[in-house]
Amino acid sequence: MTTTERRAARRAEAGQPYRGWPGLRASPTKGEVVAFRALLIRDVQVLRKTFVAFLMRTVTQPLLIVFVFAYVFPKIGQGVGGSGAGATLFSTSLMPGLIGVAVVFQGIQAVTIPLVSEFGYTREIEDRVMAPLPIWAVAVGKIVSGAIQSGLAALIVVPFALWIPSTPVHVDLNWLALVTVAPLACVLAGALGLAIGTRAEPGQIPMVFGIIVIPMTMLGAAYYPWERLDAIEWLKWAVLINPLIYISEGFRMALTDIPHMSAFGIYGALVGFTIGLSWLGISGFTKRVLA
Amino acid sequence: MSHPTEPTIEAVIRTEALTKVYASKSGPSVTAVDHLDLGVRPGEIFGLLGPNGAGKTTTVGMLTTRVVPTSGRAWVGGVDVTADPVATKLMIGVVPQVSTLDRALSVWENLYFHGRYFGMGAREARRAADETLERFRLADRADAEILELSGGMAQRLMIARAILHRPRILFLDEPTAGLDPQSRLALWEVIGELHADGQTILLTTHYMEEADQLCDRVAIMDHGRILALDTPATLKRSLGADTEVRITPDGGRVQDMAHHLERFDGAQGVSATDGVVRVYLRDGKTGLARLIAHADAGGFGITDVGITEPSLEAVFINLTGKDLRE
Repeated sequence: MTTTERRAARRAEAGQPYRGWPGLRASPTKGEVVAFRALLIRDVQVLRKTFVAFLMRTVTQPLLIVFVFAYVFPKIGQGVGGSGAGATLFSTSLMPGLIGVAVVFQGIQAVTIPLVSEFGYTREIEDRVMAPLPIWAVAVGKIVSGAIQSGLAALIVVPFALWIPSTPVHVDLNWLALVTVAPLACVLAGALGLAIGTRAEPGQIPMVFGIIVIPMTMLGAAYYPWERLDAIEWLKWAVLINPLIYISEGFRMALTDIPHMSAFGIYGALVGFTIGLSWLGISGFTKRVLA
Repeated sequence: MSHPTEPTIEAVIRTEALTKVYASKSGPSVTAVDHLDLGVRPGEIFGLLGPNGAGKTTTVGMLTTRVVPTSGRAWVGGVDVTADPVATKLMIGVVPQVSTLDRALSVWENLYFHGRYFGMGAREARRAADETLERFRLADRADAEILELSGGMAQRLMIARAILHRPRILFLDEPTAGLDPQSRLALWEVIGELHADGQTILLTTHYMEEADQLCDRVAIMDHGRILALDTPATLKRSLGADTEVRITPDGGRVQDMAHHLERFDGAQGVSATDGVVRVYLRDGKTGLARLIAHADAGGFGITDVGITEPSLEAVFINLTGKDLRE
């Protein structure tokens, strides 16, 4: 018998049908909602206490990228994407990409890094999972908290991406796309953070940053529009396994008039990755917590 | 396995053939807890005493929803633990073996947020945190970071946090392991006060003094099974001896001497562990001098002798033939 079957058998014996995830009901109890909210308030409190560090890790990378590629390069005549119209196209294209990178980077930072110590030697996580709500709900709380911090990071990065480049950035706002892409992207980032944090061993996390996160950002259509990869056909298709592609392209669709991937592709992939990574993260979390 | 001392009043913790088998990729699977039946009465301090690896922590893990049983059932406060972990968590407070304090928060915040998790409003949680810090003599460390606390203080804070939401049952897993003797005494005092307030406590320990001093009833565990379950006094009386003599033989001839002393008339039991022969005398007053003479007659030199009342450790050694510390 598998674990699931055994649990189902036990539940049947206890007169309760197996409901997939233990404790999953049509509607949560009031106590569970209160506990869930309290977990989020706790995360906000921790964020408040470490806000300077949060700002620094959010701002440093995009600030340097904008500064070097969109300020220094054009100034010294070493253009990226050519000069004149090309430079404007580059800084305009870079803006949504930087927001995308900030979202993904922060989602991973906010969820994965704490999990290293929470699953580490002291198993600090047991404090959080003893709260009176189902274990999977604690995992969902982590995703939500990561999403909130990702959103905050996106807001912080916007002014840098807009005003530092030496060439003008053309914003062409599509509100409907923005209010749908942004939350999806943030939740995806939180789920990605949870999936990495629960599926990689705590000791492997620093390595994960080097071999997954950095390639993800470099090959995430953040610094160039995905459509432009036409020139390198194999790369254009290979990078589609990278969820950042759809986040960058989504923000490109929402914020600029630069040609982007089809809306259907963007939304489909954002939703698909969010569901897949959430499942991977939540089940990984449950597996880690329960012995 | 059923015990003659099975509680007659409604048990707050009850297990029925509770079993946990850990599958292992390399080698055979390990049965950590093996058909455990026990009942804990309201208001008592119940101790699980046994060496490391006896299955105590796994038992607590199953009772506190963190370990999924392989078979058998467990009820905490009448709730089936596996069927409704959330309802179970509402009724219990847990102090695990290692510090699970929230290191991103201060001492005070640890208590405050714990209260919030358990449904207290902001004001109520604030008051509960203040009062509890006061009660556990940690008020002057309210704003300290967790890593600044000494081991004893961290342990007090863990207990403070575990009882903040007034759980029906408090689980303490090896509460004094790794503490210096002074902090241990301070913690025993805290546990005694909670007991006086009527708190039901299940604690695990491998310190026999701790089980002896604190517990109303003790289950002696080894290899995932309960070997004996009763009050410490009854367990000790079951040895049928009033004196434990510890003899260190010259030249390390522990086994030989134990063998020789087994034939001594008046010895209720003899065991050899850790370079020491322990002899349990039915009557120490008349037996001790004769015992030494008996050893001497056998040609054994003696480098050290100590006598004590039989301890729970003696009960354990008598039951298993091995030392608790092994």
